[in-house]
Amino acid sequence: MSKMTYRDAIRSALREALRDDPRVFLMGEDVGGYGGAFKVSDGLLEEFGPERVRDTPLSENTFLGAGIGAALGGMRPIVEIMTVNFSLLALDQIVNNAATLRHMSGGQLSVPLVVRMTTGGGRQLAAQHSHSLEGWFGHIPGIKIVVPAVAADARGFLLAALRDPDPVFIFEHATLYPAEGEVDEQAGPAEIGRALVRRAGDAVSVITYGGTLGKALQAADELAVDGIQAEVVDLRSLRPLDTETILASVAKTHRAVIVDEGWRTGSFAAEVSARIMEGGFYSLDAPVARVCSAEVPMPYAKHMEDAALPQVPAIVGAVREMLGAHG
Amino acid sequence: MTDIDRAHTLALLRQMLLIRRFEEKAAELYSVGKIRGFLHLYIGEEAVAVGTMQALTPEDGIVATYREHGQALARGIPAGSLMAEMYGKANGCSRGRGGSMHFFDVSRRFYGGHAIVGGGLPVAVGLALADELKALARVTACFFGDGAVAEGEFHESLNLAALWKLPVLFLCENNLYAMGTALARHQSQPDIRRKADAYGMRSDAADGMDVLAVEEATRRAADHVRRGHGPFLLELRTYRFRAHSTADPELYRRREEVAEWKQRDPIVLLTARMQAAGVLSAADLASLEVSVAGEIDEAVRVAETGPWEPVEDLTRDVYTETP
Repeated sequence: MSKMTYRDAIRSALREALRDDPRVFLMGEDVGGYGGAFKVSDGLLEEFGPERVRDTPLSENTFLGAGIGAALGGMRPIVEIMTVNFSLLALDQIVNNAATLRHMSGGQLSVPLVVRMTTGGGRQLAAQHSHSLEGWFGHIPGIKIVVPAVAADARGFLLAALRDPDPVFIFEHATLYPAEGEVDEQAGPAEIGRALVRRAGDAVSVITYGGTLGKALQAADELAVDGIQAEVVDLRSLRPLDTETILASVAKTHRAVIVDEGWRTGSFAAEVSARIMEGGFYSLDAPVARVCSAEVPMPYAKHMEDAALPQVPAIVGAVREMLGAHG
Repeated sequence: MTDIDRAHTLALLRQMLLIRRFEEKAAELYSVGKIRGFLHLYIGEEAVAVGTMQALTPEDGIVATYREHGQALARGIPAGSLMAEMYGKANGCSRGRGGSMHFFDVSRRFYGGHAIVGGGLPVAVGLALADELKALARVTACFFGDGAVAEGEFHESLNLAALWKLPVLFLCENNLYAMGTALARHQSQPDIRRKADAYGMRSDAADGMDVLAVEEATRRAADHVRRGHGPFLLELRTYRFRAHSTADPELYRRREEVAEWKQRDPIVLLTARMQAAGVLSAADLASLEVSVAGEIDEAVRVAETGPWEPVEDLTRDVYTETP
């Protein structure tokens, strides 16, 4: 066990994969010479050479599609897309090919592709670099979506994705890269599709993932001062979604607040809420609440961006309101 | 062409005839509701699939479009497996999940059947990248139409393949129409092969109605790619005799234009040449027709008698199943 940043944890998994499996290679915009836009792949070009750490032109749709083709051809490509907003340029290959080829070919093909990209706001990058669109991707059968919130998961899910025969998309919240966490470099892959209770409690289930896990835990700490024990559930994977862990928590607390950096309308939080209605309705003591981003394109000015994103006071407020009204 | 090799040209003629009769049968079966969905017929373009395939080995990869019946047959996928696919039967080449637009046969390195125009090009680039990284001297042949040339994926893929010197043979099947929009109405530069110049890529164009010319041009192009000189763009100028799909009333082109192109029917052209060279008798032709008809009848039988995939299997193979 050692303390490591989220960024270093990903690099540790990348290095291990490149070292242990000759089929693994990296490609994306500025992953080589520049060291990665977020310095995740820093040093890997020098260590593994330009054949395996490949800088691409700014052609998201084509280098992602080339990742699909290389995966079909027996390789284990890791494609980095700089941000989720840029991934929209690759939606054709993601939705029409990566997600469909296995089923549409009657099970003949498999696409063992790993795609990493940043997501989320909080860095004053305005409306074309800050959105949280992983919920959209969670809509699509045929791909898997993981959303690591801590360094150990960032490493574990990358290793798991490389062992997975199907396309796995890893969404890394951009504010998490410098965050430190305990990482066991001897630990193998994390289990995709398994949510975790990060903090046990009995008053309310705060269900979240990725960049808002830290805020949820902070909110839980504040609530604990007043004797309110919130249980914090980290989804970790949007598809497959661990409904069982969600429902087990709600069965215990009888209340749920879902925190999601996506926009509220059609959000992934809406899906989680629906699962609770379908499977846990009779254990609820209060209507499910959601804390999501304001329905605006992300503004640049800090005070405006802060107001647009889910924040600790809003989570605390949602819990208090729920307990006040239905306590 | 001075020399006509009887055995080889007979084989080419038979393959083109097989595609023609297969497509005619498919149209007939569509009209009686045995085949549903979209049906994009290849009639008129047979020389392209048959000529190009001669230059490819079983180890080479193929990526094709939604108008891929010709390529699939020329690649050697059994007609019954294709017909069953169009029936939606479980013994179809994609278990009935793809239909006419999505033929797959991994055992023959036939990677689809892509129905997003331009969507197959990046995949072909990736297949070639895998070969390059594994040091396999294989070619990935990627078919697409003139319509795809307007897509960003075409330009991105040519750039990436040329930049990384990947073994991709880009085969543009120029039938002059992007569905119903004529080439001159969708391209600022309608001389498609010249687009390769922008990427420093070698290119050529050939008469896509002349199967021997297609074969010869493809051999030269594939040889260039196989020898590690990087990708190649080959434009094959052809024409589709039938409507774009079964849903197309053909309001965008003149009957006279279609009739003119039919004068250059690839099957008629090859037949005439073989006859002129004295290597094709009336009896040969008759026996070809009989053998092709037998193969088509068998294909229909395979499709008719094939099983339906059980509905319980609907969600199988969305993901790989682990035992």
